[in-house]
Amino acid sequence: MSTKSVEEINSRIREGKCVVVTAEEMIDIVAAEGPKGAAKKVDVVTTGTFGTMCSSGAFLNFGHASPKMKASKVFINEVEAYAGIAAVDCYLGATQVREGDPLNAVHPGAFSYGGGHVIEDLVAGKEVTLTATSYGTDCYPARRLTKTMTLADMRDAILHNPRNDYRNYNCAVNLSDRTIYTYMGILRPRMNNATFSTSGQLSPLLNDPYYRTIGVGTRIFLGGGTGVVTWAGTQHAPLTPRNERGIPTGGAGTLTVTGDLKQMNKRYLRGASLAGYGTSLMVGIGVPIPVLDEEVAYHAGVSNREIQCPVVDYGNDYPQGTGEPLGLVNYEDLFSGSVEIRGKRIPTSPLASVVRAREIANILKNWISEGGFNLGAAQELFPTAPERVKVPE
Amino acid sequence: MATSKNVLLIFHQEVMYKPIIHNLVRNFDLIFNILEAKILPRREGRLILELSGDEEAVRKGIEFLEAEGVTVKTIADQSRRDDELCVHCGACTAVCRPDALSVNPETLEVEFFPDRCVACGLCETACPMKALKGVNIERLGDAV
Ligand code: SF4
Ligand code: SF4
Repeated sequence: MSTKSVEEINSRIREGKCVVVTAEEMIDIVAAEGPKGAAKKVDVVTTGTFGTMCSSGAFLNFGHASPKMKASKVFINEVEAYAGIAAVDCYLGATQVREGDPLNAVHPGAFSYGGGHVIEDLVAGKEVTLTATSYGTDCYPARRLTKTMTLADMRDAILHNPRNDYRNYNCAVNLSDRTIYTYMGILRPRMNNATFSTSGQLSPLLNDPYYRTIGVGTRIFLGGGTGVVTWAGTQHAPLTPRNERGIPTGGAGTLTVTGDLKQMNKRYLRGASLAGYGTSLMVGIGVPIPVLDEEVAYHAGVSNREIQCPVVDYGNDYPQGTGEPLGLVNYEDLFSGSVEIRGKRIPTSPLASVVRAREIANILKNWISEGGFNLGAAQELFPTAPERVKVPE
Repeated sequence: MATSKNVLLIFHQEVMYKPIIHNLVRNFDLIFNILEAKILPRREGRLILELSGDEEAVRKGIEFLEAEGVTVKTIADQSRRDDELCVHCGACTAVCRPDALSVNPETLEVEFFPDRCVACGLCETACPMKALKGVNIERLGDAV
């Protein structure tokens, strides 16, 4: 097997000779030239995803005033940020809801503002109001602080999302008799609709399903700026069963991603209100895949038809943690607008934006071809499956 | 030319109990479907109709309603999607029965066809970006 190293690819980027294609463009190249030919031709494949990603948030250091303070409770625009880290550090989580929100008192609650929205407002350059309280110490005597600040006034702001880009994911239906309001959207009773959330063939971890190139240190597009993969995400589960294409047919790989919030852009970082569920953050991520060899090329050529996900009942099975999936469906069918499940034709709705995922894959492609973005070689690889599918000739 | 149009009729307190709809049916050659109806606590009746018939008949029917003191709003002129806020995620298409919101299978953009909207308001609840405005029978036409 002929191979390339990330170093070699980086020097091609510097020389302006690197061949970069998006994961969608790669499908036809692999189909036409085979994995071997594609590996020779292409140096980097760019992927993208844009959707609601819980387990997101930001570490903020709001700086010391005079006198100094060791904050024990912090609120930003009335949304609590966890302050048990250090004197003026806190972690603002995307799903934290504003104080006094009626929640689901009148179901489904609207959840109009929360941590995700604060992050969007900060990135948009808006002023936010920070309040903090403390019990006071000899070294940090201040007990109360209220200040209006913008992202630029923060000493540091680091987006750090412990679980993003969860791949693969469920297709949701509702077998119960009532409409339900879930993080998978609104599901009508008696399996009258289905929702799914993915960028499919553009999705980072579906294009590198054995995590051969994506690992700790991989540089990425994150929220409009650049970031780094800093660990496997929480719930990373490489042993999930896989299909004959090596694609997991259920929840498997996840990423922890980190980046400087100050260089991000609100177009790719948006607060989300999920009726009846809560708030979250829509995150845009793009991961470049260095085409090290024909196996990497083969997997980066995966198409929607070859990716299946389980259909799960959110009316009873999912909330109760019982039952089995109702079957597998592929993304080509899901994106077609309707799908057959248990003999019934059901309309399908996506929840993640492929339009924006495509935009991200193209931006990353431009960054790399113009020489402004170097790849980061993975310094540590994630746990993966013990065996991999064979690459066809 | 035959036409079809979804309209909101607002019956203020003074005209709420007049036989206006009865006269609309009797005197104009119109077919209509009642899509939604609601009486608000401020004693105001709201009715969403799909009016179809000859273009001239539809126009005259609406003129008649207005002359009787009914406020008539064309739903397509009232429903809005804020394209700055919309991210084309598709969550709204899960609830829109008349396909006023649907995913273009080629581009995967979410397209909005206000002409088909029946102001059921469900997409307002479904949209995580609050990009859909004024598409709710209770608030439609208030301050759009
Ligand atoms: S209000 Fe929204 S969901 Fe209802 S018909 Fe109009 S566009 Fe569709
Ligand atoms: S749910 Fe809102 S953001 Fe998503 S496609 Fe519909 S209008 Fe756009």
